[in-house]
Amino acid sequence: MAENNRAVRKLKEKFAASILDVAEFRGEVTVTVAKGSILEILSFLKQSLQYNQLTDLTAVDYLGKKAERFMVVYQLLSIPNKDRLRIKTAVSESVCSIPTATQVWATANWLEREVFDLFGITFDGHPDLRRILMTDDWVGHPLRKDYPLQGPDREPYKGRLS
Amino acid sequence: MATTETMTLNMGPQHPSTHGVLRLVLELDGEVIVKVTPHIGFLHRGVEKLSEHRTYHQILPLTDRLDYLAPMSNNLGYILAVEKLMAVEVPERAETIRIIMAELTRLESHLVWIACHALDIGAMTVFIYAFRERETVMEIYELISGARMTSNFFRVGGLSQDVPDEFVKKVSDFIDVMPGYLDQYEGLLTTNPIWLKRTVGNGVISAEDAIDIGLTGPALRGSGVDWDLRRDVTYAGYDKYQFKVPVGEKCDTFDRYKVRLVEMREACKIVRQGLDRLKPGPVLADSPQVCYPPKESVYNSIEGLIHHFKIASEGFPAPEGEVYQGIEAPKGELGYYIVSEGGNKPERLRIRPPSFVNLQAISQMSVGSMIADLVAVIGTLDIVLGEIDR
Repeated sequence: MAENNRAVRKLKEKFAASILDVAEFRGEVTVTVAKGSILEILSFLKQSLQYNQLTDLTAVDYLGKKAERFMVVYQLLSIPNKDRLRIKTAVSESVCSIPTATQVWATANWLEREVFDLFGITFDGHPDLRRILMTDDWVGHPLRKDYPLQGPDREPYKGRLS
Repeated sequence: MATTETMTLNMGPQHPSTHGVLRLVLELDGEVIVKVTPHIGFLHRGVEKLSEHRTYHQILPLTDRLDYLAPMSNNLGYILAVEKLMAVEVPERAETIRIIMAELTRLESHLVWIACHALDIGAMTVFIYAFRERETVMEIYELISGARMTSNFFRVGGLSQDVPDEFVKKVSDFIDVMPGYLDQYEGLLTTNPIWLKRTVGNGVISAEDAIDIGLTGPALRGSGVDWDLRRDVTYAGYDKYQFKVPVGEKCDTFDRYKVRLVEMREACKIVRQGLDRLKPGPVLADSPQVCYPPKESVYNSIEGLIHHFKIASEGFPAPEGEVYQGIEAPKGELGYYIVSEGGNKPERLRIRPPSFVNLQAISQMSVGSMIADLVAVIGTLDIVLGEIDR
């Protein structure tokens, strides 16, 4: 089970207070950690446990479903150990920021820009935090759940027969 | 003492060598590149947002349109993620046909790559040759799915329908002649002095830097990292196939060219093994809660029609949970991350496009070289703006 995962054991030894949840679903291990120690945990995973590639960094908007609105998700890959690990951390709407991971993996640069652009989460210490997919003067963050699918200032599509 | 100033030059978004709507702002010292700033997003269609409002089956046609030069790879990654979420087992025949098509797609994508890459560097003949061979793959696409590019052929649990009888012969004939064509391309390029001058020592990125910046696929292997998801984190039944994983040494554009050419030869071998394994049988899993019914049952029975209608209109409820499925797409690791909160639509579908992450390395690979070398770097990264912008 997830508790027996090598990385999870090591994390629990070192960061016992920051590990909020460990889950396994379809053979994939997800560790939810506290936002305060996210950088130490990511650096530890890279330096000591050989998670040398950040495959993906994204966010999920749980508007109205969870107390803290956003969840930032890191998909890690260890090329030497042929192993994946998912780290998640909650970010609230009132303090909508999280430390950048660009110092740990250079990949994080554009991935964080995309999350900033589409979700409006700020990454503290990011070297170049600009919008990446939308234009610079765009208002709003399209992947937020309260952003309308049809775009701003347009009537929602009600179907062909309405 | 005389001082010099750098000059800012805009390249794209309408530029023949940027392979789509990519805009690069270059800072130049004479003809030497000091800084490259890519601007992307011109093709943003909000696929991830749209997916949150569609059922799992309805998302599939959106995925063809990401990397439109390798549509079946996109389909494969998505359905594998949904099958993981729903724990659906796929029949053997469907699995084999998927691998045959995924490898033909790799051939197709690499053919477009070699064509455009060579054209950018000035070798027009290769362009014409490679597009000739690509046409055959397009015909195979058309034969089985009815469409040349937006195939939408795979389904959650198998395939939309079985392949026609001519399929095996057509594919077999193609992979018989393909290695000969690859020899032709190599004859035109591998020892061509102009090609060597333009590619050897161009766009060098070390193995550590490549891993750190997130390069995947042939771009990573060209830097000497022996890593292939098909072999190392196997999926879709690739563990039953034998193939070599080529690795480069000098981390330059020429090594990435060699890696991709070997990959094309290996793809032919995998397709051959797939054809040998192809046995008659069902092409859709027998899990009526998730899969569409077979077409014969839809056309010939009222129960089948109702079943089809129900799956098409309502979809299926997924369990709560989250899955990530990465596949070795022709351009690198293509990942789908699905977050389900129950219900028939995903709470979030994240697409991890290989081109997006690979393009980030462009500045590291081209600073200090000439503008003409930048064109070779864009070609060797093998980007498609459809999946970068989504």
